[in-house]
Amino acid sequence: MNTLQMAIADGVTISKRNALKIRRAPDLLGGVIILPIVFVLLFSYVFGSMIDLPGISYTEYLLPGIFVQTIVTGAQITGYTLTQDLQKGIFDRFRTLPMAPSAVLVGQTLCDMLMNVTSIVVMGLVGLLVGWRVHSSPLEAVGGVLLLLFFAYAFSWVTATVALALRTPEMFNNIATLVSFPLVFLSNAFVDSARLPGPLKLVAEWNPVSTFVQATRELFGNTSPLRPVPDAWPLQHAVAVSVGWSVLILVVFVPLATRLYKRAVSQ
Amino acid sequence: MSPAITAEGLVKKYGAVTALDGIDLSVPEGTVFGLLGPNGAGKTTTVRILTTLLRPDAGHATVAGLDVVADAARLRSRIGASGQYAAVDDHLTGAENLEMVGRLYHLGTKRSKQRARELLERFDLTDAADRPVRGYSGGMRRRLDLAGALVADPPVLFLDEPTTGLDPRARVSLWEVVADLVAGGTTVLLTTQYLEEADRLADRIAVVDHGRVIALGTADELKDQVGGDRIELSVTSTDELETARRVLAPSALADVHTDLTALRLTIPVAGGAASLTAALGRLADERVTVRDAGLRRPTLDEVFLTLTGHQAATDDNKETAQ
Repeated sequence: MNTLQMAIADGVTISKRNALKIRRAPDLLGGVIILPIVFVLLFSYVFGSMIDLPGISYTEYLLPGIFVQTIVTGAQITGYTLTQDLQKGIFDRFRTLPMAPSAVLVGQTLCDMLMNVTSIVVMGLVGLLVGWRVHSSPLEAVGGVLLLLFFAYAFSWVTATVALALRTPEMFNNIATLVSFPLVFLSNAFVDSARLPGPLKLVAEWNPVSTFVQATRELFGNTSPLRPVPDAWPLQHAVAVSVGWSVLILVVFVPLATRLYKRAVSQ
Repeated sequence: MSPAITAEGLVKKYGAVTALDGIDLSVPEGTVFGLLGPNGAGKTTTVRILTTLLRPDAGHATVAGLDVVADAARLRSRIGASGQYAAVDDHLTGAENLEMVGRLYHLGTKRSKQRARELLERFDLTDAADRPVRGYSGGMRRRLDLAGALVADPPVLFLDEPTTGLDPRARVSLWEVVADLVAGGTTVLLTTQYLEEADRLADRIAVVDHGRVIALGTADELKDQVGGDRIELSVTSTDELETARRVLAPSALADVHTDLTALRLTIPVAGGAASLTAALGRLADERVTVRDAGLRRPTLDEVFLTLTGHQAATDDNKETAQ
């Protein structure tokens, strides 16, 4: 085996291990399957009964927002399992083995991909049940799913970085909740950002979460001609900017997480 | 035969704290070497350097003929390590844990499964093989962790406090496993706070304190270093205890230890059995009733106390280098 093959094989071994862990841990599995269902039902029925949008049902408007929100919250599982592993001796075991050092983080993020695929399928099915439809071409729809997965993969590296910096599950959970809630709610995921008051509107329109939600809406055709895209530049070019964000996140956070991992385990 | 483990002048600092202050070691192949010391002495740091987890700030070390820094990657396939905290995955079964380790040693799927079954059998875990480790007892987890260290059949094995927190029965069964491995030619370096463990398992012992080796030798040599024998006496009252202490103190090599609750005296002496006879004679002259008397070698505990000025395993501070 050459180095690259070894790195891939080791990454796959670790991601299998993480997948087994998630399958056996009801709390984690709940985050992957139950939480997305709850989000779809809760938001579409509670908010859907109160919010009226011109030319589009709230459920159709909402689903792309839920997709993005679930990815943001779901990525916390990455961080949580990483901090748990850090507190046990398992990384010491890994590091005394002749495995590729990159395998831990690659395996972790690969497993998250698998989880996100599951979550997106579950949400899509529940969404279809409550009236969400895809109005775009099949190619665009596939593009939408790929964009979500790309974002999800990139975002795993963000939570991995935060987890490796904070190191304890308690700290991580507190901080992650503190950051992810405003990030998701101060966006166009659940409400029409155009109706927010001045400064909040500005924040919401430039929030990367809004960009991803807007891009997902466009790719699934969950838009309405009666609801023009806000003037903010990232929303005007949502798909391109979303890809740009994901690439940027990877470029910054892959090396950062790798460095923090080395630091965290070499003491 | 060339040594399986060598270390020369290992230094490791954490900020202002010096964890290792020049450690030298040499462990011949097929022997057990014990690193003995209180928490924070530098035992774990030494093991972490020798198992490639940590780079030394100065000095160098080789294991199985490979440099722990320069040849770290190659070295990892030739060592096994089992730590104080059983490095096993709670949600995975015993078998899955070992198979994962096998695959990470690049044994291949089939061989990994086969090796996992062999080790589970050897460590008496076959019945629990397909249960998640979460439900294992402390002793079972430790055995599984040790099994994990043996997956690739490494010639050199590192055990960092392998029996800390185990009940006496589990401890003895782990000792038997280690003895078996060494009989099969494996070199073992183990750290321990338990002097009995070092006495029982190790061919040679290094006593470590404040990041330095302060004594080195076989258990017997270390005991000789402290010197002499110990007379142990128990009497029937505190008055007698005081009388006995007064009468025997002049002939003692060092301080006489009195235990007021057990009414027991421990007197370091030179001269073996003759000194015991003499002591009993003098006590009879003073009409002290001796309930029990004996002569013994110093324990490693006493060696430790003499060498370090403090008792082993009483310091609750966590090792600084975990």
